[in-house]
Amino acid sequence: MDSFNAIVQVLDSTIRLSVPLLLACLAGLYSERAGIFDIGLEGKMLVGAFAGAAAASVFHSAFVGLGTAVLISVAFAMVHGFASITHRGNQIVSGVAINFVAAGSTIILGQAWFEQGGRTPALQPGERFEAIVWPGAEAIRNVPILGPVYAELISGHSILVYFAFAMVPFTWWVLFRTRFGLRMRAVGENPAAVDTAGISVAWLRYRALICTGVLTGVAGAYLSMVQNGGFVKDMTAGKGYIALAALIFAKWKPVNAMFACLLFGFLDAASIRLQGSPLPIIGKVPVQFMQALPYVLTVILLAGFIGKAIPPRAGGVPYVKER
Amino acid sequence: MAQAAIELIGINKSFGAVRANRDINLEVTRGTIHGIVGENGAGKSTLMSILYGFYQADSGEIRVGGKPVSINTPNDAIALGIGMVHQHFMLVDNFTVLENVILGAETDALLKSSIAKARSELERLEREYGLEVDPDAIIEELPVGLQQRVEILKALYRGAEILILDEPTGVLTPAEADHLFRILKQLKEQGKTVVLITHKLREIMAITDTVSVMRQGTMVATRVTKETTVGELAELMVGRRVLLRVEKGQSEAGAIKLSVRNLTVKDSRGVTMVDDVSFDVHGGEIVGIAGVAGNGQSELLEAISGIRHAVSGEVMLEGKPIDLTGKADPGELRDRGLAHVPEDRHHVGLVLAFEENENSILGYHDDERYLKGPFLNVDAIMADAKDKIEKYDIRPGNPRLKTANFSGGNQQKIVLAREMEQDPGVLIVGQPTRGVDVGAIEFIHKRLIAMRDQGKAVLVVSVELDEIRSLSDRILVMFAGRIVGERGPEATEGELGLLMAGVEHQEAAE
Repeated sequence: MDSFNAIVQVLDSTIRLSVPLLLACLAGLYSERAGIFDIGLEGKMLVGAFAGAAAASVFHSAFVGLGTAVLISVAFAMVHGFASITHRGNQIVSGVAINFVAAGSTIILGQAWFEQGGRTPALQPGERFEAIVWPGAEAIRNVPILGPVYAELISGHSILVYFAFAMVPFTWWVLFRTRFGLRMRAVGENPAAVDTAGISVAWLRYRALICTGVLTGVAGAYLSMVQNGGFVKDMTAGKGYIALAALIFAKWKPVNAMFACLLFGFLDAASIRLQGSPLPIIGKVPVQFMQALPYVLTVILLAGFIGKAIPPRAGGVPYVKER
Repeated sequence: MAQAAIELIGINKSFGAVRANRDINLEVTRGTIHGIVGENGAGKSTLMSILYGFYQADSGEIRVGGKPVSINTPNDAIALGIGMVHQHFMLVDNFTVLENVILGAETDALLKSSIAKARSELERLEREYGLEVDPDAIIEELPVGLQQRVEILKALYRGAEILILDEPTGVLTPAEADHLFRILKQLKEQGKTVVLITHKLREIMAITDTVSVMRQGTMVATRVTKETTVGELAELMVGRRVLLRVEKGQSEAGAIKLSVRNLTVKDSRGVTMVDDVSFDVHGGEIVGIAGVAGNGQSELLEAISGIRHAVSGEVMLEGKPIDLTGKADPGELRDRGLAHVPEDRHHVGLVLAFEENENSILGYHDDERYLKGPFLNVDAIMADAKDKIEKYDIRPGNPRLKTANFSGGNQQKIVLAREMEQDPGVLIVGQPTRGVDVGAIEFIHKRLIAMRDQGKAVLVVSVELDEIRSLSDRILVMFAGRIVGERGPEATEGELGLLMAGVEHQEAAE
C-alpha cells in the first residue's frame, strides 16, 4: 500500500509538472503549424509569470493576474510577429531576442517595483489559484486504489490544470475541424497556396501567434501563481525549450503533445522523488545525476527514438511573393 | 463578332528599371482558347499575374465582360470569374484533394457544409469535364498530371469562367499533356474561356483558336491559329528567322570513346530502371537517347556519370572502366575527359546562390589555372568567366551577378560553357534545352554540333523528340528501361513515337 501511495504521489506531481510544458507546447504548436518558429516560448512564459504575479499581488485578484499575464504575453508574441511576419526577419533571432528581453526586464522591473531582489511579493490566498476539490473526494479518499486516484490525481488541482488538459482536444478540434485550422495548417505548409486562394498570409499568422501568446501567458501564470507563490527570477528554467523538444517529439500533433509533456513531467517528478533514495543495484546516485536525467532523456529521445519528424514545410521561412 | 471575355488596354508594368510589360493590348474572345507565346522573360507571366491580381499594373485598363474593373488581389480576380493554374502548383502537398479545393472558398467556420458542398460539386465537375480525381487522395501521392487537375478543379470550384494556364505542360509527360488538351477542349465546348501561356509552339498549333505573340515586354502580333505557321510564330517571338533544324554536315565517326555494356540500374525502391542496356558512342558523333520521361534515361545518365550505383554491367571511358558503385570521384572522371551537363541544373549543375564566375569554374576549381598557391586566383577566374560570357553569349554579361538572377536559358549556357570549355573527350548532356527559349536553343544546338565536329563523343538525352531528331547522328529509343530500337536521323516522328510508346517492343515480345 505504501508503494502504491508513492506511485500516486509521483503521478500527481507528474500532472503538476507537465502542465506548464503542455501549455507552452500547445502554444508552440499554433505558431509552428502556421509556419513561424517560436524559440521565444521561454521568454513569453517568463513575462507572463512576472506580469501575472505582479498584477495579482497589486490588485489582490488571481483573475486580474491571469488576464495581465495573457495580455503581456500576447504583446510579446505580437513583437515576434512584427519582426518575423511584417518585416520578414529571422524568426530564430527574433525569438532569442525576446528571451533576453524577458529575462532582463522581469528582473529590473521586479526590483524597481517591489525591491525584493527581483521577486514579486509572496501571493496571499485569493491572489493565487487554489486547488479545486471535487465533490466526494474526501469521502472516498480511504477507498483502496480508487480513492487516492480520485482524490489525488483527478480532484484537487487548480483550474489552470484542467484548462491545460482541456486545451488538448480543443486544439485538435480547432486544427482539424475548423476553417481557421485548415487555413493555419495550409499557411504553415505552403503560404503561396493560401495567398493565391485570396487569404491574407500575414493576418492568419498573426492570429496563430495570438493563440500562442494566450497559452504562454497561461503557462506563465501557472508557474508563478499556482506552482509557486510568486515570481522568482528565471523561474521558467528552460521549460520553453523542453516544450519545443516535446513539440518535435509529438510531431506537431496535439494529443501526442500531451503524452510527450506527461512523459517529460514524469521524468521530472521521478527525479525529484528519487533524489537521495538509493536505486536498486546501482545504489545511491548523486542528486545532480537525477536532475540531469530528464534532459539526458530529451536528447536521447529526440536523437533516436521518434523516427522521422517532418516539420511544417514553410516553417522558419518568411513569406515573400515571387520576384 | 463574339463578345470579349477579357480586354487589356495599354497595360504597363515595370520592376525597377526593367519594363516587363509595355503598352500591352489584348482581347480574348469568350469561349475560345487563346494562346500567348513568347520567349522566357518576354513578360507573359507578368501580364497574367496582373490579370490575376498578384501584381498591379502601373497604368492601363482591364475590362472583364466589357466592364472596366480593378483587380487588386487574387480575391478580386476570383470574384470576377478568373481562375489561374500556376506553373508551380499552388497546392498544400500533405492536404487531401478536397481540402485543397475548398481552401479559401470555405463558406462556414466549421467546414461541415463546405465539405459536403465540395464533394457534390467535385462529382459534378468530374462528370461534366472528365476531371476525375479521388477527393480524399493526398496531393503528394498523386502524379503531377493529377495535381494539375486539382489546380484546374480549384479554379472551376470557385466559379471560374476564364481559366489562365501558365506553362501547363512543362511538367507533364506527353500522354498527360494530351489528356490536358482534351480537358481544355471540353472546357471550351462548355463555354469557358481558356488562356494558355507557353513557349512551345507545337502546343499552340495543336489546341488554340487565336494566338498572341509577346517579345521583350511588348505584344507584337495576334493571329488566328489556322492562318499562321510555326515558322511565322517563331520568327515573331525572336524577331528574326530561326533555324528550327540546325544545319550540320555528315558525321565522321571515329574510335569508340564511350562504351556501355549490359548496364542494369535499380532505383531506391528496388525497381529496375535501366535494364541490360548496351551501346557505344564514337568520337565525332552525337548519339541521342529518345524516350518518354521516366523510362530510365535519367538513371542511365547518372550511372554513366558515376553518381548512381549500377547493379551490374560496365561502362568503359576511352577503354578504361568507370567505377559503377555510385561512389566514383567526379573529379577523377573529369580528369579522364568526361564532362557532364546534368538534367537538373538547379540542383546538380549550379549553386544558384553563387556568382556567375564561381559557377563557371565549379568542379574545376582545383585546376591549377584557377589557383595561386592554396588560394583561388580571382583574376584568372574572372578573366575566364568573361571569356565564356562572350563566347556563349551569356546575358546579362556580368560575372559578379548571382546565378539565380539569370534566366533559365542563360543558366544552361553557364553550365554548358563550363563543361565544353574543358575540352572533354566525352560530353554527356541531359535535357540540353529544357526551359530554354528558342534563340538559345539554336545556339546550344550549334555548339553541340561544333563539339561533334571536333571529334568529341556526345551523348544527348532529351524528352524533346524534335531536338533528338535534329541533333543526333544515331537515335536510340528507350522504353521501360530498355533500348528498344536504333534509328538514323531520317526516322520519322511517327516511327519514333511508336517505339517510344513501346508498341513495336510489345509486338516483338509476343
